[in-house]
Amino acid sequence: MPLNFYRLTPVVLALIVSFGCSSTEPQTDSGPTPVAGAKMKLVFIPKSTGNPYFNQVAKGFEGASGIEFSSQAPATADATSQLAIIKEQVQRGVNAIALSANSPDALNEALDQAKAKGVMVLTVDSDLTGNESHRDVGILPTNFKKIGPAQIELLGSQIGYEGEFAILSATTDAPNQNAWIETMKTELKNPKYAKMKLVEIVYGDDEPQKSSTEAEALLTKHPKLRGIISPTSVGLAAAAQVLDNSGLYPGGAKATGQGIVLTGLSTPNQMKKFVEKGVVASFQLWDPADMGVIATHIASNKLTLKPGDSFEVPGKGKFTVEENNVVYAGQLLTFNKENIGKYDF
Amino acid sequence: MKREWIALLLIAILCLAVGLAEPRYLQPRSIDSILLWMPLTVVLAMGQHLVVITGGIDISIGSILAFAGIGVGLLLKAQPGLPIPLAFACGIAIGLVLGFVNAALIVWLRLAPLIATIGTLAAFRGLTFALSKGDQIDGSTLPDGLTSLASNGVSAGGVTVSWLLVIGLGVAGATALFLRFGAAGRALFAVGSNAEAARLRGVSLSKATFVAYSTCGALAGLAGVMYAARFGFVNPGSAGQNFELTVIAAVAIGGAKLTGGSGTVTGTLLGCLLLSCINVALSTLGIDANWQLLAYGTVILAAIVVDGIRSKAEVAR
Repeated sequence: MPLNFYRLTPVVLALIVSFGCSSTEPQTDSGPTPVAGAKMKLVFIPKSTGNPYFNQVAKGFEGASGIEFSSQAPATADATSQLAIIKEQVQRGVNAIALSANSPDALNEALDQAKAKGVMVLTVDSDLTGNESHRDVGILPTNFKKIGPAQIELLGSQIGYEGEFAILSATTDAPNQNAWIETMKTELKNPKYAKMKLVEIVYGDDEPQKSSTEAEALLTKHPKLRGIISPTSVGLAAAAQVLDNSGLYPGGAKATGQGIVLTGLSTPNQMKKFVEKGVVASFQLWDPADMGVIATHIASNKLTLKPGDSFEVPGKGKFTVEENNVVYAGQLLTFNKENIGKYDF
Repeated sequence: MKREWIALLLIAILCLAVGLAEPRYLQPRSIDSILLWMPLTVVLAMGQHLVVITGGIDISIGSILAFAGIGVGLLLKAQPGLPIPLAFACGIAIGLVLGFVNAALIVWLRLAPLIATIGTLAAFRGLTFALSKGDQIDGSTLPDGLTSLASNGVSAGGVTVSWLLVIGLGVAGATALFLRFGAAGRALFAVGSNAEAARLRGVSLSKATFVAYSTCGALAGLAGVMYAARFGFVNPGSAGQNFELTVIAAVAIGGAKLTGGSGTVTGTLLGCLLLSCINVALSTLGIDANWQLLAYGTVILAAIVVDGIRSKAEVAR
């Protein structure tokens, strides 16, 4: 809809927050008070507090021994509150900062000051795109170029590499979504997928209502549909609910033939119910904890990295430093009935 | 020509035209989709209907929906065995309180309804974030007994009228009865058509305002629980987002005067049905996503322009 009254929300929220003095104070999530000692101090600054995704990233840090880890999350996902935390942490004398940046450029100066004092600066999950020189290494979730092909393979393997399928995306202008869809289209030229036909790409705008209506319309329009890929968590959840309601999933009450296979990208908590019920057999995402593990490894070993370097992380394998000093933390994880219970994010 | 007939005619023309272009639009599966789109809009529109009759407007309903949905979701998380009717009662109660806040701002602080509810639109959404700590209520929290209200219902000829729609129609029926036979209901019309005359006749504007906005809030709270049932999750950011615009459009298409004093429940109900038909049609026809919003807005404008021409013709007579 054209008028976005809700755009006011952040403004008013910001006002409320700036009047309430305690709200802007950064919150300490965990970690003991610093003691002078040999242990290296690493602080993780997520985008904001209360986000289960970053709690999972933090788990990757917590597992490591030999470092003193703490997490300092701003109450709201804006750069100014991160700025205060960065300065405060540098004063406290941390050895390394792992940051999920809320802005690609507003933090440059504070980070430069930190680096000048010998603090290692790593970005995690959200990079300083275009300003990479203000941090040492950027650790990103996964190589996004591999997502499209992986999704096609995941669907293909469940429908015998044959039949019509559709994509339920977010908005028509979402850059990640469009990049993934492009790589899916390219991957379909592989002879292996010759019998798979992409019949339509629809957009649910990441709104549950619109996503549901689009998913329902796909079922109406394409009676021979064998599969749906929804690389967005809102779309995937909405489509799963539609398949659950209509009973058209493989083995469902009203499934014709082999049923409609649904897959995509989402977090385990959002999909647990549908996987346990059998509506969705499997879907994918990276494990956010991997980023924490790698950041800890780089910081505790004081690795100085440049593009082309590679290093080994015990239990995780070998990683190569890409252009702009970016490291892709992990492979896509495929969640299914067997492993979904092990994750909580 | 009565407003309801125009709406009905528009619906018939739309269904026929879309059905000719894409015959699958008239198949049971597509009709199911149309009927599933309606319940939330109907329940919210009935609340808005009451407010509009008094000459007011409530922009905050989407945020009330989200707060109630998250609130009930958290209750279900803490008390997994909570009976479903009790969950609904809690949603209604939460909404009632927030609706009361709206009324208090309008009556006691004398704020214009538009301004007051734009404020609470943001404030209630903020409360929702604070309450949820930014986490959404996931499907595993919501009992099957709740989500099955969207999938189960009364079936006939391959078409299912979901329990959610039954609730929606029940709310519409109750609203019609209340407006027709309830003294408080008739008072809403009185203050909406002429507040001064109503006051002289002993009808209290502030009482009518409290009734309208509190009920509107309560129904938005009910819609919050229905939202959880329909979509199987509640996100503090996206739940109910932009719903106010859809709902106000439905009420306007249904012929209620936005200046107050007139409007029928049947009209608003048909307004909801028309919007539902349009939404499913846009998806079913496979109209390019980049053009859907424009098409949607154009149809709404067309419906309201037709109404304007009709009203002018009436005045001329």
